[in-house]
Amino acid sequence: MLALQILVDGFAISALYALGATGFTLIFGVSGVLNLSHGALMVLGAVAAWAATNELHVGAYLAALFGIAVTLIGAFATYFVVVRPLQTSRAIPKEETEIFVLTGTLLWGIMIQELIAYFFTDNAKTVLPVVEGVVNILGVRTPQNEIFTAIICWVGIGVLWLIVNKTRSGKAVLAASMNPRGVTLLGFELSRIYIAIWAIYGVLAGIAGVLLGMFLGVSSYSAGPLTGSAFSIVVLGGLGSVSGSLVAAYVVGYLETVTAYMINPAYRFIPALLLLVVVMYVRPQGLFGRR
Amino acid sequence: MRNLFRSRIFWIAFIGCVVGLLLPLKVSGYILGLLTVAYYFGVFSMAWDLLFGFAGEVNFGPTFLIGLGAYTAGILNGYGVPVYPCIAAGAVMAVIGGVVLALPALRLRGPYFGLTTLVAVLIMMNLIVVFAGFTGGEIGLTVPDVLSVDTDTNYYIALIFMIISGAILYALSRSPVGLILQASGQDPIEAGALGFNVTKHKMTAFVISAFFSGLAGALLVFYMGTASVGTLVSISVGVQVIIAAVLGGRRTIIGAAIGSIFLIAAGEALRPFGELSTFIVSAVALVVILFVPSGLLGILTRRGEHA
Repeated sequence: MLALQILVDGFAISALYALGATGFTLIFGVSGVLNLSHGALMVLGAVAAWAATNELHVGAYLAALFGIAVTLIGAFATYFVVVRPLQTSRAIPKEETEIFVLTGTLLWGIMIQELIAYFFTDNAKTVLPVVEGVVNILGVRTPQNEIFTAIICWVGIGVLWLIVNKTRSGKAVLAASMNPRGVTLLGFELSRIYIAIWAIYGVLAGIAGVLLGMFLGVSSYSAGPLTGSAFSIVVLGGLGSVSGSLVAAYVVGYLETVTAYMINPAYRFIPALLLLVVVMYVRPQGLFGRR
Repeated sequence: MRNLFRSRIFWIAFIGCVVGLLLPLKVSGYILGLLTVAYYFGVFSMAWDLLFGFAGEVNFGPTFLIGLGAYTAGILNGYGVPVYPCIAAGAVMAVIGGVVLALPALRLRGPYFGLTTLVAVLIMMNLIVVFAGFTGGEIGLTVPDVLSVDTDTNYYIALIFMIISGAILYALSRSPVGLILQASGQDPIEAGALGFNVTKHKMTAFVISAFFSGLAGALLVFYMGTASVGTLVSISVGVQVIIAAVLGGRRTIIGAAIGSIFLIAAGEALRPFGELSTFIVSAVALVVILFVPSGLLGILTRRGEHA
């Protein structure tokens, strides 16, 4: 019974982690950017959806779409205001671009977080779920919203897989993650590819944020831990490897759920972190990463 | 020696020290208290800059070393050990922790080193909460003793500590060891081919960085009388240390101290804006990073030498 409960709960939370981390790892794989405003962008989407229902009184579906759109705009702003100027700046030596992008996105994330706290307070907000009700899965009472979350996450990941592997521009993105220079030589505009991945990222982070808002609720305090969990999943799976992040999301999601149910909810995050340290020392490129 | 007196950085630091030493005659105790904290943060940032600016290793977990020093000192003091042995123990513990962390981590290249240090902080935060009986958990650890009850004395201890640390770190960065470190950071393969033991030098840098971080952390505990995750260990504290170093001008050591003082002063000056003050500080820091990547010290020394 408890095992089933863990199985069902862990599945949904892991799917959510997977969706959140996919866009994060895609951006790293293609352009080498670790976007530390990730958590803030997810919270931005969730709070926008919450505000749409509570202040503008629109329906749940429309609010969710609004949240995703706001995160998409936020992602583009991150790219055009912070990431791109830092990458192209002549005053910053090439080998230091990475730390500047990290610091820049981090500051950007703090700015978003503070603005949210200023306008909407830092109380926890729960987004109106799109589906309601409870069903019984093998004796485990499961909110339908949890099932909905898992399905949407997997549909999102599936669509991403189709885009990347089956469409022309998707293949260009894939190629850019393997060899940016080769793609440029083949006549693809690298900056267009970057814009495309930031668009994909924005949509994925938006969906993940809104779903998280429905499922667990968010506050502006969630931004840091959300970035942290995406970060550890991506490192565990191997920086830049999308399939690795999916596996890692499930490893982390289940480890957390098992710990929370079997040992103590307060220790929830510890086993995943210890696993992360072991992986760092034994296999620093992650489970599925390439050096 | 003659070079030293012609260098603009030296005169900026010198004037800064004189102003710092005379300040207690003019300003209120409240401002002195703020500056005392700023000076300890200056040491954190300078120690971080030695590792990043010179060894080229991004340490996302400066607070791991700070926290080790602070909590070791604080917990020992709770068992009745006098203040100064506690501070020494804190520094030693930070060095030990630094070695344990760096030994395997320095084998890793690029972002992985940084990630390991970040994870070390996350684990430490969790352990502090789990062993709340020892550490005070989320509420924080209360330390029985303090360095001094007098504001001026505390201020001078912090200022002199920062000046000495800064002088040592700056001298180190300009010494042959500093040059080798810089070479190892920029091109480890070539530096190794020239016959320098890259790992050994980076290890040295890490140990020195750990020593000063731990020492400053321990002193800060005895200044504040408490240690808590939010003030010493959390990621946002580490971020503040890093932002201060980058803002002040990386690879300058002294710039890191200027950045720390600027951050704390700016946070205070913007207090009337209430909740928006963090937003404004972050925005200013972002603008500096975007438009003047060489930092505040870079602006001051731009028309001078390229030190």
